[in-house]
Amino acid sequence: MTTILQVENLVTRFYTLDGVVYAVNGVSFNLQKGETLAIVGESGSGKSVTMMSILGLIPIPPGKIESGEAGLLLDDPPRDLLRLSPPELRRVRGGRIGFVFQDPISSLNPVLTIGEQITESLTKHLGLSREKAKAQTIKLLGYVGISDPELRYKNYPHQFSGGMRQRVMIAIAIACSPEIVIADEPTTALDVTIQAQIVELFQRLQKEMGMAIIWITHDLGVVAGIADRVLVMYGGRVAEVALVDDLYELPQHPYTVGLLGALPRLDATDTKRLVSIQGTPPDLLVPLNHCPFAKRCEYAFERCRAEIPALRPVGAGHRVACFYDLQKGKPRHD
Amino acid sequence: MQRYFISKLGQSVLLLFGVLLLVFVMVRITGDPAALMMPREASPEDVEAFREAMGFNRPLPLQFVDFLSGAIVGDFGNSLHFKTPAMPMVLARLPATVQLAGVGLLMAIVVGIPLGLVGGFTPGSLVDSVGRGLALLGQSIPNFWLALIMILFFAVRLGWFPSFGRDYWNSVIMPAFVLGLPTMGQIVRLTRSAVLEIRGEDFIRTANSKGLEPGTIYTKHVLRNVAIPLVSVIGVQFGYMLGGSIYIETIFAWPGIGQLLEQSIGWRDFPLVQAIAIFTSLVVLAINLFTDVAYAVIDPRIRYDT
Repeated sequence: MTTILQVENLVTRFYTLDGVVYAVNGVSFNLQKGETLAIVGESGSGKSVTMMSILGLIPIPPGKIESGEAGLLLDDPPRDLLRLSPPELRRVRGGRIGFVFQDPISSLNPVLTIGEQITESLTKHLGLSREKAKAQTIKLLGYVGISDPELRYKNYPHQFSGGMRQRVMIAIAIACSPEIVIADEPTTALDVTIQAQIVELFQRLQKEMGMAIIWITHDLGVVAGIADRVLVMYGGRVAEVALVDDLYELPQHPYTVGLLGALPRLDATDTKRLVSIQGTPPDLLVPLNHCPFAKRCEYAFERCRAEIPALRPVGAGHRVACFYDLQKGKPRHD
Repeated sequence: MQRYFISKLGQSVLLLFGVLLLVFVMVRITGDPAALMMPREASPEDVEAFREAMGFNRPLPLQFVDFLSGAIVGDFGNSLHFKTPAMPMVLARLPATVQLAGVGLLMAIVVGIPLGLVGGFTPGSLVDSVGRGLALLGQSIPNFWLALIMILFFAVRLGWFPSFGRDYWNSVIMPAFVLGLPTMGQIVRLTRSAVLEIRGEDFIRTANSKGLEPGTIYTKHVLRNVAIPLVSVIGVQFGYMLGGSIYIETIFAWPGIGQLLEQSIGWRDFPLVQAIAIFTSLVVLAINLFTDVAYAVIDPRIRYDT
């Protein structure tokens, strides 16, 4: 296993008229070569902002990256993405790291042909001539499963269905054979049947091209099918990170337990109400000096309301930010 | 595209018919058109003779058919004041009005679009503040007042521009400026808000995620989208400027259609007023049609959907 991306203690805040939004509060994680890392959490947990921060895609101002490191370990010597100059960062974006966004309808420019929107990436990063870039684009369109790629090259986004548009987005993301693809809820805006097709497409591309995928989602069903590891985020912090099987079998964070408990089960025999996590997510306008989940947590005790739990190892590749030991049913000792 | 054009053309023709009907009814809605058109001191016999001559004593539908068949060949009767056909008189005034509106629009575009673009890309900057201030002034200063002040200052005091008429090359500058100023304000505001809006769109984030240069993103991804609302507003404004320059033409004694309209109202010259009203409507409809086509050329969603 080779670590290709190492993010340490990332802090991102937004300075808005309503006050400071504490969006990402010290997030650390790593990404292994060729793996799929799922980042799970509810809206406002800082999933997207974390990824956008790493690649300088958050609007500055109001956003500001206060501290942290994001080492791209593929390079020798490794480079810190947060300290690259804008032109250097632009060479990484699209060239080394591709993006797929949630809503393929609004994420494509309505007045440019999809061919144009793919070729511009190729000419920028690979330095291809227009003819070569066009030929490559047509190949890419076929590769992501768009029929009649030569005809479709000249079409505009509104002439595609939602699923096809997402395939175009994927073609843009993989155009320059990146080492990492960040997929920000790529299936959320799609029908269930289309979702499955897109998931399959990602799996095929990963197998054939060998890139690592960061899959941001709140759909735990998709996570189980596609991810190697899962990072659970809450209130702009990492709550738990584990291999996917470990997480589903032995969740260590009360929030993860709550999330898994809130999933409807097809194999349930008795009729039970769907469990939901009580309370609301933390107000990100207030800086916290305690566990962000403490107010909603049934296991919370004094320490949870006084200190911020750090991530601690609880098994092979399994780390959790919680003072309470769910297995033993009592607080942990340091 | 063809279907889109034909449907827009159909709408224009329908609207033109509506305008004709409206103009026809307006003259007759007060009761007796002959009494309206004749001077107040005219004798009852004169009015009766006039009514007879104009055919106002015939059934309304018959009058309308006559009116319509005349309109189709451009015949709106003779001007009561000049005793010559009305439409050729309107057409003779057209170049002056087109020149005035054209120069005014050009001024508004040349100043307004760059100010709006800079304002949209750097909100809060000095240029943005200047642009917004100008836009506010341009849209709120009553332009008949501005016209008089400008004549007083630039024509009378400084003597830079002629105060009236269309005799010199620079005669057009003051009236065109006054006419174009509110449009300039509107263009600044619209361009600025469109740039701000488009910059926040998801597809701009996508363009950024591809690592494109900021210059490429602005020119290729932002500007084309900004052009869509801009084209429609410029079209509407040009139509408005062609038809709405009545008091500016009057103040500057600009020999255009607006001035003719002001005079013909004074003369109670109804056939001439009718001809101007219908001709101006026709021009506005033609510009709107052209705008719709331009719109479709820029925006593929319109080009292909219908």
